[in-house]
Amino acid sequence: MTGSPVTTGNRDNLAISMEGIDKTFGSVRANRGASLQVRKGEIHALVGENGAGKSTLMKILGGLEPADAGKMEVNGTDVTGWNTRQAIQAGIGVVHQHFMLVPTLTVAENIVLGMEPRSGGRFDYDKAVEDVTRLSTDTGLAVSADRKIADLSVGEAQRVEILKTLYRGARILVLDEPTAVLSPPEVKELWTVLRKMRDNGDTIVLITHRLDEVIEISDTITVMRQGQTVDRITTADTTPSEIAKAMVGREVALSSREEAGILTTPAHGGSNGAAPAQGPAALTVTDLTVLGSRKTREVDGLSFSVQPGEILGIAGVEGNGQTELIEALAGLRPILSGNIKIDGNDVTFDDVRERRDAGLSHIPEDRHRRGLILDYSISDNLVLGLQSDFSKNGILDADRIGQNARTQIKAFDIRPPSAELPARSLSGGNQQKVVIAREMGREFTVLLASQPTRGVDVGAIEFIHSRLREARAAGKAILLVSAELNEVLALSDRVAVMYRGKFATVVPASEASEESLGEYMIGTRKESVA
Amino acid sequence: MNPRRKEQLEEALFPPFVALLVALICGDLLIMSYGQSPATVYRLLLEGTWGNAYGFGQVLYKATTLTFTGLAVSLGIRAGLFNVGAESQLAAGGFLAALVGLGLSPAIPGIVAVPLCLIAAAAGGGIVGAIPGWLKVRFGAHEVIVTIMLNFVVLALLNWIVAAHLHVPETLHTPEIRAGAMPRLESVISSFHGSAANFTILIALLTAVAGWFYLFKSRRGFDLRAVGLQPDAAEYGGINVRGVWLRAMTVSGMIAGVGGINYVLGYKHYYEEGFAGGSGFLGIAVALVGRNHPVGVVLAALFFATLSQGGLAIHAFVPKQMVEVLQGVVILAVAMSVPEVRAVLRRARKPVAA
Repeated sequence: MTGSPVTTGNRDNLAISMEGIDKTFGSVRANRGASLQVRKGEIHALVGENGAGKSTLMKILGGLEPADAGKMEVNGTDVTGWNTRQAIQAGIGVVHQHFMLVPTLTVAENIVLGMEPRSGGRFDYDKAVEDVTRLSTDTGLAVSADRKIADLSVGEAQRVEILKTLYRGARILVLDEPTAVLSPPEVKELWTVLRKMRDNGDTIVLITHRLDEVIEISDTITVMRQGQTVDRITTADTTPSEIAKAMVGREVALSSREEAGILTTPAHGGSNGAAPAQGPAALTVTDLTVLGSRKTREVDGLSFSVQPGEILGIAGVEGNGQTELIEALAGLRPILSGNIKIDGNDVTFDDVRERRDAGLSHIPEDRHRRGLILDYSISDNLVLGLQSDFSKNGILDADRIGQNARTQIKAFDIRPPSAELPARSLSGGNQQKVVIAREMGREFTVLLASQPTRGVDVGAIEFIHSRLREARAAGKAILLVSAELNEVLALSDRVAVMYRGKFATVVPASEASEESLGEYMIGTRKESVA
Repeated sequence: MNPRRKEQLEEALFPPFVALLVALICGDLLIMSYGQSPATVYRLLLEGTWGNAYGFGQVLYKATTLTFTGLAVSLGIRAGLFNVGAESQLAAGGFLAALVGLGLSPAIPGIVAVPLCLIAAAAGGGIVGAIPGWLKVRFGAHEVIVTIMLNFVVLALLNWIVAAHLHVPETLHTPEIRAGAMPRLESVISSFHGSAANFTILIALLTAVAGWFYLFKSRRGFDLRAVGLQPDAAEYGGINVRGVWLRAMTVSGMIAGVGGINYVLGYKHYYEEGFAGGSGFLGIAVALVGRNHPVGVVLAALFFATLSQGGLAIHAFVPKQMVEVLQGVVILAVAMSVPEVRAVLRRARKPVAA
């Protein structure tokens, strides 16, 4: 299970061979010696969690980004460092997650864009329609050439994207999360088309994090985790749980868990991970449904409650509705239906401020976008959302804001301890401490903690974890969402796994393990949850 | 002074200074290309503006209008909005002030009439500013497009009203207002004799102070700047982002509108077609060079007023359009030099900080 290159077949059979690929964006190492070998005429699944480096690797393949290091061959020719034009000429077609179509043009116009058929120096639209229709019939990708892109469904738009690459002569097709926007019947259709292409000798690379799909469609699988290639598997020889293990990275997770000194058993006395004491819940959510930006049901009829003194941890592969759930609870995203109660008070129709006043604190998942105003000083950031409490007759109370900053900087050990510095100048860990100081250093009943330790150093992780435990001991209700399964397991009393907008399971943390949750996370196991 | 403040001050003052230097060098080259000596031309420019009471009065007069439009544009930018409509907001403010001034009885004392005209001016600009604000909040219409279009609509509408109903025959202006005239500075300091400078300048300075207080000391200013910097974080902080946009556009329009009284109440005492004369657009440059800070805006307004008045003093030697070229160079230099100069400053500072 290492990133060593494979020896399957001889090299002449390889459509793509990438080895030792490094790519760094700012401080993020997206690829660390990643490798990929794809044989001609196969459907190859590239799997891994969000942020594992799959898309980056494919951008390098498509010539959109140069690699910092590593070697890349396509059909046996060294093509390291080529550009998009060269990649297209060599027959590589990339279908991105976000479509790149001109909505006001027709299907035919979009497909031929940049390679328009001409007659007498002018664009020959009839010829374009004819070409596109023929291509559509040949491949089984049904589209009507004359319709405007703006009138198409996402499934149809995706077919147009695929046809566009084929029109340019693509023989190696890369699809980035193609099923994310499709309905089940559309997915079936797509599989039929892909199989047909494979049987014609085309090569297909499919990026996904849904394992049921991988098993159904792929011939071979490459698993990526944290920028590295961790495994290469033949689909026929494997099981979903094996892929899951490679994806979630059991060994890695276990060792880091011990390293951080986090106990496997919940750290507070009394409750040994069993369901918490029954009583009035601090947070009650009933039949909550939330639409995503693509009008899909990102949170689908979810009901649960969190008791005072309880941490409910939500695990799951990112993109299964966690973000939408937290935003809906915080009042940042409209809900389609359902009901939210804090401490027995219905806050379903309250705005962000009213929910805050009702006792809701919120550590947002993205501190740079939401949690902080980067150009505001530490002291101003420490009152963001509380600015009304810190003003009198509409005038900011500078004395109390300064006093508050001194107190919080000390209590939460924010460094450097100078209240006038802009938040931008702090390290990630200290920025997160500012957010946590603001949200936890006030009176609250319910805390939404979304990725509370993302991108912070080990010391800060430790500090944040102990704060969360203290808050629980003080009787606060905490809803924790984290991409780190070990963090969820270490902190939570109960663990829920979110899969496609629903809880696939909810179990006491004492009964949960990474292995048992892994299958729920990737959707190979489901149980109905009340 | 604490080191942080010092850094902020350096970053605020240094880039415009560098830009000015660049502009001066470009000016030198231009002047020399006309076969004149830069020293002579600059001396004339300064003599014609800061060198005598009349010239200085004219600079103050022009700076007054520019302070209003500059403050208006900068308030919008602080909220993340680009108000390109200061020109028509200024005109609408001046027009309503003139209407009220025309309607009031001459017997009404200035202490009552001036505030009434002022309110009318704020209302005129405020309405023209609120329309793009409301369209943005309600339908997502982009404020730049809407304010540009409204400039044409509002100016044409006002011209039509004046031409059809209000003008004095053979002119493009309304009759003189009967109440609400603002005293000239010459009534107190006689050496300003003949210049248009009037007490509106005090209102401009008060507006700048009030703007500073609003932006940096009030809760609403906290909200407004938060929306301008990071709307998503502002939303997270419970701030009604749309409400802030609507309010910012309205207040921005009001400030520009009040600027209209400088001409109508303080100088000519009537509304005249085209009196805004580009001051609304120049307000964008004033806001940019003044770094969207009220103090910076006042200084930048003085600077642009000096250039504009100075152009009249030097046109015997070089075409006065040269001054316009110089203005353009300053704007470009500021726009380009701010990030560059700041980066240099930070790099120079780093060893000290580390």
